[in-house]
Amino acid sequence: MAKTSTKERATPATHEEKLAELKAHMAELQKQENAQSQLISILHKAQSLYGYLPNHVMDEIAQTMGIPTAHIWGVATFYHYFKLTPPGRYEIALCLGTACYVKGAAQILQAVKDELKIDVGGVTEDGVFSLAPARCLGACGLAPVAMIGEKIHGELTPKKVVQILKDYRKQAEKDK
Amino acid sequence: MTATPYRIIVCDGTSCINKGSRKLTAILREQLDKHGLADRTTIGLSGCLGMCDKGPIMVVNPGYTIYGRLTEADIPEIVEEHLVNNRPVARLVIQEDHLYNRFFRVFGDAKFFGKQMRVTLRNCGIIDPENIDDYLSLRGYEALAKAITEMTPDQVVAEIEKSGLRGRGGAGFPTGRKWRLTANEKATPKYVICNADEGDPGAFMDRSAIEGDPHTIVEGMAIGGYAIGAERGVVYIRAEYPLAIKRIEKAIADARAHGLLGKNILGSNFSFDIEIRLGAGAFVCGEETALIHSIEGARGMPRPRPPYPAAVGLFGKPTLINNVETWANVPVVILDGANWFRTVGTETSKGTKVFALAGKVVNTGLIEVPMGTTLREIIYDVGGGIPFGKRFKAVQTGGPSGGCLPEQYLDTPIDYESLTKAGSIMGSGGMIVIDEDSCMVDVARFFLEFTQDESCGKCTPCREGTKRMLEILVRITEGKGKPGDIENLERLGNMIKKSALCGLGQSAPNPVLSTIKNFREEYEEHIRDKKCRAKACKCLVSYEIGDKCIGCGACKRVCPVGAISGSPKTKHTIDQDKCVRCGLCFNTCKFEAIAKV
Repeated sequence: MAKTSTKERATPATHEEKLAELKAHMAELQKQENAQSQLISILHKAQSLYGYLPNHVMDEIAQTMGIPTAHIWGVATFYHYFKLTPPGRYEIALCLGTACYVKGAAQILQAVKDELKIDVGGVTEDGVFSLAPARCLGACGLAPVAMIGEKIHGELTPKKVVQILKDYRKQAEKDK
Repeated sequence: MTATPYRIIVCDGTSCINKGSRKLTAILREQLDKHGLADRTTIGLSGCLGMCDKGPIMVVNPGYTIYGRLTEADIPEIVEEHLVNNRPVARLVIQEDHLYNRFFRVFGDAKFFGKQMRVTLRNCGIIDPENIDDYLSLRGYEALAKAITEMTPDQVVAEIEKSGLRGRGGAGFPTGRKWRLTANEKATPKYVICNADEGDPGAFMDRSAIEGDPHTIVEGMAIGGYAIGAERGVVYIRAEYPLAIKRIEKAIADARAHGLLGKNILGSNFSFDIEIRLGAGAFVCGEETALIHSIEGARGMPRPRPPYPAAVGLFGKPTLINNVETWANVPVVILDGANWFRTVGTETSKGTKVFALAGKVVNTGLIEVPMGTTLREIIYDVGGGIPFGKRFKAVQTGGPSGGCLPEQYLDTPIDYESLTKAGSIMGSGGMIVIDEDSCMVDVARFFLEFTQDESCGKCTPCREGTKRMLEILVRITEGKGKPGDIENLERLGNMIKKSALCGLGQSAPNPVLSTIKNFREEYEEHIRDKKCRAKACKCLVSYEIGDKCIGCGACKRVCPVGAISGSPKTKHTIDQDKCVRCGLCFNTCKFEAIAKV
């Protein structure tokens, strides 16, 4: 069974520990029939450990599972969920689904871009925020919404979202 | 003091959780302890009740009192007044209309439920989705038991055929025929798949159904497995739905522990088990052959059909794929019989349909209505109409594959055929209400941008055609439209519909074609007059400062190009040549002095 909490923050500290956990996951899956079909589950696991999919990890998966790296690369780039570069400390998933669009998500996006001075797909210089659009967070009743980290912020206005970002930034500075 | 035992249900759907329902539950427990009510009050967590805009929701039984828009401070009052003194707190009660009583027994008399008929969502909001005993107490798994012990697989398939149930994923293929085709295949092993890859932006039916009543899906799939002779089932679900994943995982584990999944179910020769596979964010994976490729660990690209998955599916074996809502109908059909099921709905479309009602409508949320209900009934009676006194403009059904229907179609009864005839589709159940503030050309651009981005790139009509269409649309919304653009869009759109490989491409032009058909004059205005009547297309709008201006200077400070001038405490003006139409001044002004023209 696929380990499903993909949004979990990396708990093991060192690279070796992360790799060991990933390998244990792969070993478990290899006991099942059609093990190679579990590639997406493995990539989910890797991303939950590392926050993104580093090249050397994809190589590692290729070696262990006997799947060409080119194939893994093809899969990783096909799906929006997988990231190939490290995200910011707080990932902003701004919903651009239909309900949010109708309720003015474009203005929210503009406000976030102006505040953080990054474009969609970018990471702020200090590494605190990264911005990615989401197709639909399924919280249409609260539109327009954004998910920052694991928390959903709903019924946003340009002003409200800027204030929320400021609060997160303060939190990040405190944590330092 | 009263000695009534209370049962309090707190909505534990995603929307209510986000609005703080879990904190409320904790406070509720504290308060019950404080008043010594804990031992005769049970608290149940339920799935989505559908009244998302009024969350967090709490229902007190007996009495079916529905409380909404609760804050932490309200809980002590409810406990003290309602539970101790037996006086419901009228100010927080949200049910309003006492005439509608069809759902009185279950949901009280909230008007919201009056025109609804809950078949697939029958347990949503009533049972605790993480408690199998709750499900069992409402005839849960009885349909599975009936199928295995009283019916042959052939009889199960025949019952589904007779019911007239059609695929709820959008296209409306007769479910029974799909089951028959898969059952007739000789190759083994066979597979059963639940398609929970709800990628349509603006839709959350499947998510809510799984979050609210996961066992129904498990039971439906087990019945399907028995009927076609499969021992393995797969739930393919979006990774973006962590709560739904957690609940269906728990439901599968609990069913296994109760001997309702696994080897020799209920002592019979039938064995069946289910595993979960996660999607990774690709809209095209809702297409069945693409979904199968994704489960196999590859890029989720579709392939030409035939052969259909019924013959060559997962790992090359016969596979039965149905959508979440279709599976949720299966236990009902088996338990209550095809004859009952056929009494609900219209001539060609039987049963009910779940919609995710959102956009510019008062009650946003999850609803289920019998087929044949009109769009007007849904939007005005269930949805409560358009907020802020705005005018209705269109309703969008079917998401990026569907179309926009204007006012004259409001009395269209909902079924597969009539919606198609009106120029839209049933789709999986997204229903977005659009008011006069949205520009229909921009709406078409929005949907096409989505499908263009999600096009997997395998076939040329979809990959190249949608790109060219999008370029034309963007040009029109930027005020650079040319005569002939509309005709080109129509020609391209019809070509893509005929030649694309899969459902994504074949339906991608629908939002454009339907808005051209129903709102052609808006396209013409954009192209000919360079005007956007909804004032939504940025490039076609200009800003002017009116007499309400008190000269506070806030707009002048935010203007990124220095287009605003004026001395303090006098009316400011905008230099139209410098203005880049960013709208920052409009959003900043506290005195509504800036107007879009």
